[in-house]
Amino acid sequence: MWRIEPRPEPSRAMQAVTPVLAVGLTILLGAGLFALLGKDPVAAMRILFLDPLLDPFARSEIAVKAAPLILIALGLSMGFRAGVWNIGAEGQFIMGAIAGAAVGLAFHDVQGIWLLPLMTLAGALAGWAWAMIPAILKLRFDTSEILVSLMLVYVADQFLYAMVSGPLRDPQGFNFPLSRSFHDSATLPVLIAGTRVHVGVLVALGAVAGAYVLLAHHLFGHRVRLTGDAPRAAGFEGVRAGAVVAACLGLSGALAGLAGMFEVAGPAGQLAPSLPVGYGFTAIIVAFLGRLNPFGIVAAALVMALTYIGGETAQLTLGIPAAATETFRGMMLFCLLGLDLLVRYRLRRPVAA
Amino acid sequence: MDLLALNPVALFATLILAATPLVLAALGELVVEKAGVLNLGVEGMMILGAITGFAAAVETGSPALGMAAGAAGGMALALLFGVMTQVLLSNQVATGLALTLFGLGLAALIGQPYTGIKPPPMPVLAVPGLSDLPVIGSMAFGYDPVVYLSFALIAAVWLFLGRTRPGLILRAIGENHDAAHALGYRVVAVRLAAIAFGGALAGLGGAYLSLVRVPQWTEGMTAGAGWIALAIVVFSGWRPWRVLLGAYVFGGVTILQLNFQALGLPVGAAWLSMTPYLVTILVLVAISADRTRTAIRAPASLGRPFAAMN
Amino acid sequence: MILLSVEGLTKGYPGVIANADISFDVARGEIHALLGENGAGKSTLVRTIFGLVRPDAGRMQFGGAPYAPLRPGDARAAGIAMVFQHFSLFEAMSVAENIRLGTGLPGRELAARIRETSAAYGLPLDPGRRVGTLSAGERQRVEVIRCLLQEPHLLIMDEPTSVLTPGEAETLFATLRRLRSEGVAILYISHKLDEIRRLCDRATILRAGRVVATCRPGEETAQSLAEMMIGAKLAQPAAKAQMLGATLLEVKGLSLPPDTPFAPALTDITFSVRRGEILGIAGVAGNGQDALLASLSGERPAPPSAIRFKGNPVGALGPGARRQLGLATAPEERLGHAAAPTLSLTENVLLTAADRARLARSGLIDWGAAAGLARAIVAAFDVRTAGVDHAARSLSGGNLQKFLIGREVLQRPEVLAVNQPTWGVDAAASAAIRAALVRLADEGAGVIVISQDLDELLEISDRLAVLAGGRLSEPRALSAMTPERIGQLMGGAAHVAH
Repeated sequence: MWRIEPRPEPSRAMQAVTPVLAVGLTILLGAGLFALLGKDPVAAMRILFLDPLLDPFARSEIAVKAAPLILIALGLSMGFRAGVWNIGAEGQFIMGAIAGAAVGLAFHDVQGIWLLPLMTLAGALAGWAWAMIPAILKLRFDTSEILVSLMLVYVADQFLYAMVSGPLRDPQGFNFPLSRSFHDSATLPVLIAGTRVHVGVLVALGAVAGAYVLLAHHLFGHRVRLTGDAPRAAGFEGVRAGAVVAACLGLSGALAGLAGMFEVAGPAGQLAPSLPVGYGFTAIIVAFLGRLNPFGIVAAALVMALTYIGGETAQLTLGIPAAATETFRGMMLFCLLGLDLLVRYRLRRPVAA
Repeated sequence: MDLLALNPVALFATLILAATPLVLAALGELVVEKAGVLNLGVEGMMILGAITGFAAAVETGSPALGMAAGAAGGMALALLFGVMTQVLLSNQVATGLALTLFGLGLAALIGQPYTGIKPPPMPVLAVPGLSDLPVIGSMAFGYDPVVYLSFALIAAVWLFLGRTRPGLILRAIGENHDAAHALGYRVVAVRLAAIAFGGALAGLGGAYLSLVRVPQWTEGMTAGAGWIALAIVVFSGWRPWRVLLGAYVFGGVTILQLNFQALGLPVGAAWLSMTPYLVTILVLVAISADRTRTAIRAPASLGRPFAAMN
Repeated sequence: MILLSVEGLTKGYPGVIANADISFDVARGEIHALLGENGAGKSTLVRTIFGLVRPDAGRMQFGGAPYAPLRPGDARAAGIAMVFQHFSLFEAMSVAENIRLGTGLPGRELAARIRETSAAYGLPLDPGRRVGTLSAGERQRVEVIRCLLQEPHLLIMDEPTSVLTPGEAETLFATLRRLRSEGVAILYISHKLDEIRRLCDRATILRAGRVVATCRPGEETAQSLAEMMIGAKLAQPAAKAQMLGATLLEVKGLSLPPDTPFAPALTDITFSVRRGEILGIAGVAGNGQDALLASLSGERPAPPSAIRFKGNPVGALGPGARRQLGLATAPEERLGHAAAPTLSLTENVLLTAADRARLARSGLIDWGAAAGLARAIVAAFDVRTAGVDHAARSLSGGNLQKFLIGREVLQRPEVLAVNQPTWGVDAAASAAIRAALVRLADEGAGVIVISQDLDELLEISDRLAVLAGGRLSEPRALSAMTPERIGQLMGGAAHVAH
């Protein structure tokens, strides 16, 4: 019989290999799932993983979808390292989008280069503020940030609906719960003509560099790691636990808010109840699949974005429901967490006596 | 606005319908947490139970089989969590989240052909004579069997945890799994059993939602009920009877806001829809503000991984 | 008459052979000592006998029949009971519930039987008390009564006196002698030579996982036992220079409420430390040692003037600010408190040295300098490790403790306070750590050593105080302290505590 034995320290090789193994295992399991649904598994996997890479427009769409995932996952990864579980990034994303849109709509009859920076600031601030609610409740009353941040997703969702059917509704919109479309000054510039690749993609890449410096070369990264690994040791160093909680939640909230604002001022072009498509939750998978490492997150976000694009095509051509690709993404996290065993433990077959 | 339009007897009946899924899911999670395991996948297990139960009831025409299938669906997902966290030793928080994300997707997938269908109705357990009594009759009797089952389960769990030897062992494992292991108790086996039980109750709660409370299948229909169930466990201080209280408080808030929406208050529907979630946050704050009390009552090994060396 | 015989028992873990070909036997009505240093393999051996560990090779016989327990239930059924070193108790549950869990006895008459048995053996216990509210000595009573109610043929006791005051230990010895006279065999694990000589009929001595000797302890001297156990003579620390300088640290009237429901409050703690002095603080674990160290490190803030460093109030300063001034500390728990288990040794150096050793400038870490300091500690303190980029938890207890003490010592603190510096550390590393503390004091620092190991304190301290029930006795010169007086202080405190 195989025995599970703890390794003296986590295996770095396994840490790098397991996400790739997890994706591979998910493809196998996913093929089985699609076969069960009566779809051609090979065709499904080709559409999901290969076709988007061959088509130039689809390639650009990968960048468009990966950008918010990267931004959100970067923020979440800090908290997950420190044992701060912000699972309400979806709510912070929505609040960022609402605030950014509100600023844009408030100046719907004014043009100016200052408008986008102002919207960006508003989006990040709103996401930050929304994330500070669970942070403050945790620090002040020791309330679980998991439950509070998650509850606030539902609140934000309703708030979005209240806004687009109330104050932010398009006056000429026949009472549909939609905002005006943004004018040029409130729309993110497109980087590559003929695509939807916007400035937010660059900001996401900049955030990757920033997160790398913060994690690998700054005391902040050290304190985050320390808090996650041994909270008492962090206290012994002199790290104030509250400061880490507030910083991690605040940072992830601001980045999620930023992603929300980019989404509304970029690909969406207007505020609508259909804006949130679950980036905030998918980013949790991205963060883990990327091993909470900035560069890993980029790779994981690209894979995940691929499944979004491929999933849409699969829905149109093979009639594979969107829920199937959602299941597929959930499976990926499961496979990764299961394979994580190989990082911390090793399997050994004892020699028969 | 006409508050008098709210009929207290009818209101009470809808309250029971709203609270029962929460009672079931929270009670299951309470047993899981008493064994020292934090399963954040309640939402995923509930919604999977909602669709497996719904599908089975529609296919067989039997709501009872539907309930059983709901419990089985929740339990299957829970066992996946159990194997991951207890055998493969994965992180409980992350695995619970994965369970929810996976369960939501899988349920939506299974549910595709079932949207817009009416399930077979659940029979009411009428007590001859008593059910016909005015007011009291329809308030205390005249519900479906699952409602009574939920009360019976509360009592059963209370007795099990407080008065039986297996219950004592389960609590001991949740308090200090190393000591329990040293005394020869099978930590992993007991935890797997608790996780399976929790999953079955979450699945049953989900099935109740899709078969009785709504009753129909829509994607994402649990709408956070699983998370509210987790909050109710904290609110209860890990005591079964207070789960009942918590579930009825939250059920009451939901019913009231729905009734207010129906009354057409000058407040937008979206604002009213927020209230159950806001109330959950407020209650969590009120409970956790009393630090020493929650710290003592929470099982000491809650969420900690266990690996035996031998 | 032989009750238990063990033949060729072998058990390996990755990288270590815990037990190698161990053979010995225990007779009815004898107290048999298993003697050895930390890490000699005693715990693995008794855990195998109790069914918690499955051996790779070897056989056992119990009561004349082959015996191969798969789990503790098998051991209990055969008539073996065990008192664990780290108690296997459930703090949030009552005494009766704990005993029910450990014995399988029905709940109905249990309370009466607990009262009866505990009174009969002079170990009174209230079955309804919550275990979390009991002192260490009382908790051990729960474990002992739990074993006695099973009427065992063999009772295993793993380091039973490490948590007891001298008075409590005497009560335990009386109980064990009585059990022996009733025909019970006792397997007694310890590394305390005096008590083994007084109590045990025979001793099996383990070193590095092997049986190295069997003897009658009563016929041996403490020195001969120690030599068998260690396999060599230990270097004595250099004689101390008795030149005490100015007062460095002054604690006056320090009181702190308990931070967990089951810990004692610190009450009116007063002491001072001078240059070149080692102040020993004795006491049984759980009497406020952790809180005292946390108040010195700055993890638990105190009124500003309750703690003065070179005359300046520092009570309200945090750990970082105190380190900058030169007040360093080393907590008891190595992994998880003094060091982060999965972080590298280099990163663990940052924990206390980031500011004082200038390893970071405006927040940016100088990894080269940090690794350099880590390597310097490894070299100066002979830390056995595969490299400073390996995780802290990959080191053995003794090596990690040498690294952690070295981390503080190399930063040249003016005051260093350590809690249980050699707990669970092998003899050679313990000696090295004690020597480093003595050297630091000789070089003019003030050192505070909080320890349960009285021998250790008697060896290196200049003055000694006793912490009991959260109160500290007045520090006295070592010459003014007799073992009896220390015992009274430690024991008398038990009444104050509960």
